Amino acid sequence: MDNQEENQVEPSGPGVDESVGQAEEPMAPAEPDTPEAAGERRGFIKFFCAFIGTFISVVPFGAGIWAYLDPLAKREGGVGDGFIKVTTLDAIPTDGTPAKFAVVADKVDAWNRFTNVSIGAVYLRLVDGVPKALHTICPHLGCFVDYRQGKNDFFCPCHNSNFKLDGSLAKGVSPRAMDVLQIEVRNKTEVWVKFQNFQPGHSHAVSIS
Amino acid sequence: MKSLLDWIDHRTGIRSLTREALFENIPGGSRWRYVWGSTLTFTIFIQFVTGVFLWMGYSASSGDAWESVNYIQNEMTGGWLLRGIHHWTAQLMPVLLLLHLMQVVIDGAYKAPREVNYWFGVLLLLLVLALSLTGYLLPWDQKGFWATRVATNLMNLVPFVGPEMQKLVVGGTEYGHHTLTRFFALHAGVLPGLLVLLIVGHIYLFRRHGITPAEPVIKRDAYFWPDQVFKDTVACLAVMVAVLAVVISVPGAHLGSPADPSEPFSAARPDWYFLFLFQFLKLPFFAGDKEVWGAIYIPGIAVGFICLMPFIGRWKLGHVFNIGIIFVFLGGAGALTYLAKQEDVAGPNSAMYLRGVLGDTRDARRVTALAKARGIESTALSLLKDDPKTQGARLFAQHCASCHRYDGHDGLAVELASAVTLDELENRIGIMTRFFSGDAVHPDWLARKSGTQNPWQTVQSILDAETDGKFDVIASIELQEKQSAPDLKGFATEQWISDLLDPHQYISSRYFGGTTHKDGDMYKKFLNRKVSKYDAEQRNMLESIAVALSAQAKLPGQAVTDQVDAERIRKGIQYLEDDIGCIDCHAFGEPDPDADGPDLTGYGSRQWIVDFVKNPEHEKFYPDNNDRMPAFGVKKILTDKEIGLIADWLRGDYFKLPVDAQGH
Ligand code: HEM
Ligand code: FES
Repeated sequence: MDNQEENQVEPSGPGVDESVGQAEEPMAPAEPDTPEAAGERRGFIKFFCAFIGTFISVVPFGAGIWAYLDPLAKREGGVGDGFIKVTTLDAIPTDGTPAKFAVVADKVDAWNRFTNVSIGAVYLRLVDGVPKALHTICPHLGCFVDYRQGKNDFFCPCHNSNFKLDGSLAKGVSPRAMDVLQIEVRNKTEVWVKFQNFQPGHSHAVSIS
Repeated sequence: MKSLLDWIDHRTGIRSLTREALFENIPGGSRWRYVWGSTLTFTIFIQFVTGVFLWMGYSASSGDAWESVNYIQNEMTGGWLLRGIHHWTAQLMPVLLLLHLMQVVIDGAYKAPREVNYWFGVLLLLLVLALSLTGYLLPWDQKGFWATRVATNLMNLVPFVGPEMQKLVVGGTEYGHHTLTRFFALHAGVLPGLLVLLIVGHIYLFRRHGITPAEPVIKRDAYFWPDQVFKDTVACLAVMVAVLAVVISVPGAHLGSPADPSEPFSAARPDWYFLFLFQFLKLPFFAGDKEVWGAIYIPGIAVGFICLMPFIGRWKLGHVFNIGIIFVFLGGAGALTYLAKQEDVAGPNSAMYLRGVLGDTRDARRVTALAKARGIESTALSLLKDDPKTQGARLFAQHCASCHRYDGHDGLAVELASAVTLDELENRIGIMTRFFSGDAVHPDWLARKSGTQNPWQTVQSILDAETDGKFDVIASIELQEKQSAPDLKGFATEQWISDLLDPHQYISSRYFGGTTHKDGDMYKKFLNRKVSKYDAEQRNMLESIAVALSAQAKLPGQAVTDQVDAERIRKGIQYLEDDIGCIDCHAFGEPDPDADGPDLTGYGSRQWIVDFVKNPEHEKFYPDNNDRMPAFGVKKILTDKEIGLIADWLRGDYFKLPVDAQGH
């Protein structure tokens, strides 16, 4: 059997063990500490171990959490005035029905920087010859809103929100109308849209930055 | 607070658990030598925490691994700290493992009834080494890439199933996406899982059998708490402080340049704790088909022996024998590690190794800066491959430097900090410096008096000559072939053209001394016959021509002076056409089929250089008097893109870091 078990001392419970204060010294003719000195020493060790133990355990977590919070420290500034050329006037249906257009721009994705990739889409439609732009993302919880040809309206397939052609809510759970994007016609035919994303779920459109 | 604890205790028994943990008996009382197990547990804890957080930023694919690690290290707030802790703790672990193993063997803690626990410990050691090995590949830099290939290629030697095993580990025949996904799953999933299981078992068994006292037991028994806890805490604190000190001073951890299967890497080495095995395989004894002995059988036997120690240790003499063997192993491994290092920094191929390290560091800096400034459209490697400063120089070294030079070297030399005195130079070639410092200079590398155009000499010959001074030093050895074509550093700059038009320089080796042009009309009929007798005014005209001709190149580095000197350039062109009459032999402004010399229109511009390199025998250049230079484009030795990279590099037309812009 285990020979250690023979010389094992019975634990006498915290605070009662009067021998440990002297554990560094050869045990033979040792002067035991006064109870107060032993208590003080033990108190110090307790404090030291708890403090240092916590500190060194927190370091790796601290480094990790610091790095994890990185996204909060980053603000990606837009380029120029934020308007992106989407298409030309001629590409938008003349009968007033909406058409979907991809928004193509440069995109930074962590370590990658892509040029000319799709970053989203917009619905464009002519109202008396003037183009109007709606975001394709549902203001409820961010699904892609469909255009329904037969009913000539917008319909979000996720929670059945229903929008009119001008984007206003017909019925459903969405807290607000579809998001309207600023639009400009430049050089007579170019259609430029100020493309931005909005926080879903609120009754007012708040830009995500 | 107390009632909350009571509540928890009632349901979990946490108090008796802690009490049991803290009031574990230690025969003979607390000792510093018992701390190693605790420090190891602590380092494993660190690795798990930092590893999981690294995981949140790491991407295991060959096109993203380096990029994501670089992002962690250089872009993420605190990423350098996180990665640094993981890296440097891993560096410390082998030391702790060794200390732990030695304590266990010396104190005889492996003896009955603790054999099983001892084996758990040996397995843990192997697991941690496996974690280090798999982790080494994850950053996908040159170092990890090439060193890990060596390790997986060794699997080939395993009898019967070697090649299949290798294929499975690598995820195919080539290193790629699946090598990383597989290594990462091992590194962050399988091995840590096993590690946890074994640690639980290890600590359970340790508690079951208690600590083995170090003989002789002269002190009284004591509980784990408080003295051993105190010692363990101090030791863990020391570990954390040591790691943090290194991490903060680096800062973080080194990241080499991205893995490139097409670029040699003369500094491919495993991490330091595997160097002894690496060196072991170099022993001539393991040449040819005996390699399997060095790579597999002997290490296997050694591990097997370590596992058998508990049985051998039953006899008193056996225990002494075990301790002896451990020290023999240790001495052997230490000696091999030293030899490996010593061969790298002072052996016959050390100039190559050290230059490999420096070149990798330079490329790593470059690609990190490019990634920061431009972003990475496809991969970081392609940033380097499309970078004239990096790739142009490599192509020059490979295709041009057999005849040409670039500032006296092949274009790839790494500039080192100048040595201010001869003494400093002497110190920097010292073995100690070479072992430990990035400032080290190899005696075979080249140096010259600072600020001169003198030919480079080997550092050794400078030291032998004993003339004191300040010296420029480059990491490059003397090239085999003698220079036999112009030195193209500063090609088409005002200075370069002005020197070219100096009769002495023209026939010196820096320009055409090594070519047939030294006997051509340019020298004989113009420079020697006329220019050498020029008066001050004519010489001044020649200078203006140099300025004007250089403006043809539209060098980015001269953009400002070209504008300031507009008037002088206008005059220079006039001299070139009329007063001095270069156009008697050269075309300028319009094609001239009768001209003997090369066309000076757009001389030194990107187009001019590209056209010239493509075909020096083109009628614009040297239709009948080309001297040896191959038509790189016509013969398809180089692609148009490659020629463009060389041209851009020569012209200094590439992305400049703020430091570059100041320095050069
Ligand atoms: C004893 C345990 C471990 C050891 C010895 C170890 C060792 C290493 C080493 C040597 C590297 C290369 C670091 C570098 O130079 O860049 C590395 C990288 C990495 N390790 Fe571990 N590791 C351990 C546990 C873990 C665990 C548990 C995880 C995740 C659950 C993890 C995740 C990672 C990740 C994501 C990387 C790549 C990032 C980087 O290279 O910086 N590691 N590890
Ligand atoms: S996301 Fe569109 S209705 Fe919910």
